[in-house]
Amino acid sequence: MAVTASAAVAAPPPIVAKGNGPATACASCHGVDGGGNAQAGFPALAQLPQTYFTKQIADFKSGTRSSAVMTSIAKAMSAEDAESAARYYASLQRPETQAAAGDPAVIARGENLAVNGAWDRQVPPCFKCHAAGGLGVPPVFPPIAGQHASYTVNQLQAWKTGARTNDPQKLMTTVAENLTDDEIHSVAEYLATLGTQGKKK
Amino acid sequence: MNTSMRYLFSALAISGIVGGCDKQPSPQAAKEAPAAATASVAPTKNADTTRSRIASANAPVKNAGDSKKPAPSKFVPPAESAIPKNEYGETVLMGKNIFVNTQQYAQNFVGNGLNCANCHLDNGRKADSAPLWAAYVLYPAYRKKTGQVDTIQSRIQGCFRYSMNGKPPAFDSKEMTALVTYHYWLATGAPTGVKLPGQGFLKVPAPAQTPELARGGEVYKNNCALCHGANGEGTKAHGKYAFPPLWGENSFNWGAGMHRIDTAAGFIKANMPYGRGGTLSDQEAWDVALFMNSHERPKDPRFKGSIAQTRDKDHDENCLYGRTPEELATLLEKKAKTESEDKAKQAKPAHMQSEGYSPATAH
Repeated sequence: MAVTASAAVAAPPPIVAKGNGPATACASCHGVDGGGNAQAGFPALAQLPQTYFTKQIADFKSGTRSSAVMTSIAKAMSAEDAESAARYYASLQRPETQAAAGDPAVIARGENLAVNGAWDRQVPPCFKCHAAGGLGVPPVFPPIAGQHASYTVNQLQAWKTGARTNDPQKLMTTVAENLTDDEIHSVAEYLATLGTQGKKK
Repeated sequence: MNTSMRYLFSALAISGIVGGCDKQPSPQAAKEAPAAATASVAPTKNADTTRSRIASANAPVKNAGDSKKPAPSKFVPPAESAIPKNEYGETVLMGKNIFVNTQQYAQNFVGNGLNCANCHLDNGRKADSAPLWAAYVLYPAYRKKTGQVDTIQSRIQGCFRYSMNGKPPAFDSKEMTALVTYHYWLATGAPTGVKLPGQGFLKVPAPAQTPELARGGEVYKNNCALCHGANGEGTKAHGKYAFPPLWGENSFNWGAGMHRIDTAAGFIKANMPYGRGGTLSDQEAWDVALFMNSHERPKDPRFKGSIAQTRDKDHDENCLYGRTPEELATLLEKKAKTESEDKAKQAKPAHMQSEGYSPATAH
C-alpha cells in the first residue's frame, strides 16, 4: 500500500538534491527520503507541515532558533529554496524507523508521559497537541512519532535551557521546563519507537 | 461553630455568592473535607511519587493573575495501572474509553464534536477541571436545574443533554454503567458527601473591570486561536478534532455549564492554554470567557416559548443567553454592588468567600 505512494512523489528539487552554493544539499544530512540520521541527530523531515518547515528556516535566519549546522545553511537558502524543500519533504511518507531495542521500562515511562502527561506539574500529554499517536496537527504542531530520539532530546533540552525560543506562546518552553532529564530521555525513546504515518493506529 | 451552623453557612454562602446561571445550590449535605483525612486516603503505592505530586502542586506557578492559584489537590485518584485485571476492571476501562473518546465509544449519544475529557482534563482526574472523583461523592443531591434529587446517573445524563448536545444514554445502558463505574473507581477511598479540594472548576473572582468583548477578542487571538481556530471552530487532524470547537454547531449548547461566563473563566484561568494554566490574569480570563460565550451555539434543549421566557426561567446574570453584553454588564455591576454591600453587612469567613460553586451543577 505504501509502496505506491513513492511512485507519486516528485523528483527532489535542486536545493534538496544538489544544494545552492553554500547551502548544502538537504539530502546530504536529512536523506532524499527525509529520514534523517539517528546517530548524528539529524531530524526526519518527511511529513513536516510545509508552513512549519519554512517557519523553522526563517527562525534559523532570524536567530530564534539556532544550530551549529543549520544556521549558516538557512542563511544561504533563498525563500524559493525553503519553499521547494518544504513542499518536497511535506509530500513524503515518513520512513519507518527501526524500533529501538531500548529498555522497556524507559519506553513505558515515556509512553505514559506522551499519553497521560503529568498534569499536576503543568505537563500535558504530548499527544494532546501533537495528535493521538504523535502524528501532528498541521500547520502548527509537527508530527513527533518516529522522530530520532537524539534529535528530540536535543530540542527538548534546547527549550528547557532557553537556547530555542521559537515556539508559539511558549508552549514547548513551558512543557520542557517542567520535564526532568530522565523524562526527556524516556519520552524521546518512546516517540522514536512509533511507526510511520498510516501504519500507526 | 457547630456542625449544623456550618451547613447552614455553607448553604447560604454558596447560594448567595455564586447564584449561578441555573441557580443551583451546592449539594447541601456537602461539607469541607478535612485536608488530613483526604490526604490519608491517597493511594501511597509509591511514597515518593505521592509526595512529589503533592509538593509539586504547591510549587510556584508563573502567575500573571491576581486570584488564588489552582488549589493543590489533596485527593489522588488511583493510578491507571491499578485498574484491576478482571470484569470490574474491564468496565472501568470501557468507562474511561467512553470518557476520553466519546466520539467513538458513545457516538449515538453525542450531538457535537466534543469528548467528555475536553473539559474534564486528565481523563477526569485534574483538580479544578471538574474531576470525576470529586463529583461522584456529592451525589445524590438536589439540584435546582432539574428540580429533583439527581443521582450520578441523572447527573451524567445532563452532561450528554447539554455539554454534548446529545441524547442521554439510559440508566441501564452499558455506556452509563461503564461511565458510573469509571467515576466510582476514580473516587476509590474518597469520603462521600464531602466537597473535596479541587472539586468543580476554579472560582475566579469578578475582575476589576466589567468584562468586555473587545478585550476578550484580543485575548482570544493571542492565546486561543492557535488551537481553537480564529472562529472557534476547533482544529481537525487525521479525521477528528485535535482541538475542540468552542462555539458554533459542533460545540456545547446554551444549556451547558460552560456557556456561563463565570464557569468558563474558571476553567480557562486554571487550565488554558495547555501547560500554561494560571498565566492569564483574572481580567483576561473573564474577558475571553465573555468573548467565547458571545457567539452562537446549539439551542438550549429547555427552550420554551421564546428566548426571553427561556432566559427568565433558566438563565441568570452570568451568561449572554437572551441579553446583550451591555445588559449583562449592567447586571454584573449591580450584582457586584449588592455583594459588596452584603459583605459589609455580614463578614463571612474567608474560606466561604473563596469557595467554588458546585461542580457538577455547573453543566
